[in-house]
Amino acid sequence: MKRLSVTLLAFVAMLMAPVASADDIGQVKVTSGAVHIQRGAERLPALVGTRVRVSDTVVTGDDGSVGITFTDNTLLSAGPRSTLVLEQYAFNSTTHDGKFNARLDRGSLAVVSGKIAKQAPDAMVIKTPSSLLGVRGTEFLVKVEGAE
Amino acid sequence: MTRAGLRHGAGSILLALLAACASKPPATVILLPGQDGTTGAVVVSDGESRTVLDTPYATARASGGQSIERRTASEQEVKKDFGTTLASLPPRPSKYTLYFLLGTDQFTDETQKQVRQVLVEVAERPAAEVVVIGHTDRVGTELRNDQLSLQRAQRVKTLLIPLGIPENRIVTAGRGEREPVVPTADNVDEAKNRRVEINVR
Repeated sequence: MKRLSVTLLAFVAMLMAPVASADDIGQVKVTSGAVHIQRGAERLPALVGTRVRVSDTVVTGDDGSVGITFTDNTLLSAGPRSTLVLEQYAFNSTTHDGKFNARLDRGSLAVVSGKIAKQAPDAMVIKTPSSLLGVRGTEFLVKVEGAE
Repeated sequence: MTRAGLRHGAGSILLALLAACASKPPATVILLPGQDGTTGAVVVSDGESRTVLDTPYATARASGGQSIERRTASEQEVKKDFGTTLASLPPRPSKYTLYFLLGTDQFTDETQKQVRQVLVEVAERPAAEVVVIGHTDRVGTELRNDQLSLQRAQRVKTLLIPLGIPENRIVTAGRGEREPVVPTADNVDEAKNRRVEINVR
């Protein structure tokens, strides 16, 4: 009986787990304070395990920060008062060809680039209101002034 | 439009452009030393000029309209301005290489130990994902090796599921012969290249 309930629990947990989709490009791994994901008109809470997609906008509040791991192993975190738009993303796990464009409208980012940037220079670009950053690897920080 | 009018028009456009640039918030970029001991590079451009950051803590500030300012940031500044942001970086993916007993799909003793470590990591990491990546040597065509490497990865996936890793947490990929451990000429039989890599992230 006990065994049955454990099995049942595992089954229920499996049903409740977020459904994976081919559109998923990364997953939230760390979250703290107020963070949400704007997907069109939908406002999704950013929880550990929430999957992100192309065109999602990641928004953090005054006390918010969030860390996302992408399917090419790019790690990215946004600090408080940030708005980050995931404009373009494609990754071929066989050839490692891909494209990663993100736009930081305000706030701050830490980035550890992954397989897309390693495969081709300039395959990963971060835009800020005043500059374009071509990523040739691997770890860097970005801050847009004025959100303090 | 008269010539004077044209000049006036061009002048207004220039002024409007400058105003647009001036109203854009400046952005600072700091290159960090990589955790693997190497430092990469970031090319910063503002539409008019560009600069390449390729040394630890090299910093560029673009403010639109003016030239890009360069300097070197201090570690203290990084901690102060980016402490919260850096603290939220996800854990680095880990990497394991699995080998099989010759001609079988049985893990070697060493690989069995690694698989146990994978299980521990899956339990500990937030929203853990297991990426299983197959590799081949250079015997056979590229296309065939793409298929074979994916089959190897899928085979390992079926071995991991009964060990307690949920199926929806495992993704597979086949890299074919693109990423040899031991580089060889084409059609060389090399056991070290016939392997499966696991990333836990």
